[in-house]
Amino acid sequence: MSLQSIAKTFLLTELLTGLSVTARTLFRRKVTVNYPEEKTPQSPRFRGLHALRRYPNGEERCIACKLCEAVCPALAITIDSDVAADGTRRTTRYDIDLFKCIFCGFCEEACPVDAIVETRIHEYHMEHRGENIMTKDKLLAVGERYAALIDADKAADAPYR
Amino acid sequence: MDSLLELWSGLPSYVRSTAWILIVTVAVILSVAFTTLWERKVIGWMQLRKGPNRVGSLFGLLPGIFQPFADVIKLLLKEVVVPSASNKWLFRIAPAITLVPAFAAWAVMPLDPNLVIADIDAGLLYVLSLTSVGVYGVILAGWAANSKYAFLGAMRSAAQVVAYEIAMGFALVGVVMAAGTLNLGDIVRAQAGGVSNWFLIWLFPLFVVYLIAGVAETNRAPFDVAEGESEIVAGFHVEYSGIAFALFFLAEYANMILISALTAVFFLGGWLSPFEGLLAAGHPLAAPGFHWLFLKLFFFLTCFMWYRATFPRYRYDQIMRLGWKVLIPVTLVWIAVEGLMVYWGVGPWKN
Repeated sequence: MSLQSIAKTFLLTELLTGLSVTARTLFRRKVTVNYPEEKTPQSPRFRGLHALRRYPNGEERCIACKLCEAVCPALAITIDSDVAADGTRRTTRYDIDLFKCIFCGFCEEACPVDAIVETRIHEYHMEHRGENIMTKDKLLAVGERYAALIDADKAADAPYR
Repeated sequence: MDSLLELWSGLPSYVRSTAWILIVTVAVILSVAFTTLWERKVIGWMQLRKGPNRVGSLFGLLPGIFQPFADVIKLLLKEVVVPSASNKWLFRIAPAITLVPAFAAWAVMPLDPNLVIADIDAGLLYVLSLTSVGVYGVILAGWAANSKYAFLGAMRSAAQVVAYEIAMGFALVGVVMAAGTLNLGDIVRAQAGGVSNWFLIWLFPLFVVYLIAGVAETNRAPFDVAEGESEIVAGFHVEYSGIAFALFFLAEYANMILISALTAVFFLGGWLSPFEGLLAAGHPLAAPGFHWLFLKLFFFLTCFMWYRATFPRYRYDQIMRLGWKVLIPVTLVWIAVEGLMVYWGVGPWKN
């Protein structure tokens, strides 16, 4: 052990350097965002709660091609399909298990008719067992309620697609 | 006011000391409450965060000031789970064993030139023995819980406290040599006459050793292997919940405040003013008083948080090496140096 390293050890220089770093940080501007009152900016590509969209004339977009079900890496989507009264191919069941879903956005990418989308909604909760299953009705309801928001996000992202 | 003072001095001494005990205990508990908040704030600031600022504020000032009370209410309402395979009696008594010495040690603390609850001559021995009893609570808690993590934490804590108590004891031997007394009030009085007489200057290596050993004694970061969450979940208090857990927390923070106060008393002249001898004798800043002890205590208390925000946790064998092979030799050497200084009359001590 050289004299220099002994001095370094016993004068605690390394420790004092560390302490000075934290002491300086103590007075720096804080970056905390006061969450419910302040929010960080969100991308239009944000992947949050799912929604099923309709065409402007009210017709369901989903054609039960099951591509989303096939691509889903977490096997969170379950689809049953049948022929509707008007002769079109429609889903009779479209369930997304939010506990299985990893919000990768593959379903949205796989969809040929832009029916399933992930919205920017991320502040939601469940109070009872089973509410984690987003049924077709719930998904369509989300899509109807936030139609304007979803359309705006799609339009904002369109130049990059 | 005068009649109140008259009434107070007319009371029997046991009533007065009981009243002081109550006042000091409540003050320590309240300080612990706000120390937890202060710690979260300081560590938050050092990590570029704001710290707790949700619970209550006084007219927009001091956001988060009621956080400790919210925490206490939450912990009081939670269930105290007693593991079925535990030793139930020891499991319940262990938090109290940790807590009581942390408060009892305040009895001999000289808070003011005229105020100490029990002015006993062996005050330093009393403090040393009580801080050692505290670790029994930790060991019993770890053993009684019948959990391997708790047991590991307790064993680590026991070995660590034994190692650092020796270094701490030796550091205090130096203080006793310099002051010539075991009475804490007289130790402070031995440092009277200005900053140059504080033991901080003459016993600087012992001061550093005492500071490090004090952090290790209270099981605080970077010596908190007893509860190292990355290895043994929460150490000795894994199985504790609700208010039983809160009691351990209370004891830990009460010990931090105690060690901070003791550091001030032993090395920074307790209630003595740092301006003594620099300013004229009648100057209010030169007058001794509780506020000086409080300021010094507060500084060391903040240092505990500062260390926690800065240093990563020591590895267990490194802690043992530091305690046995560095701190104890350093104290021994400095006690020898101090002996020579006393022999040749260097320094402020003349006894």
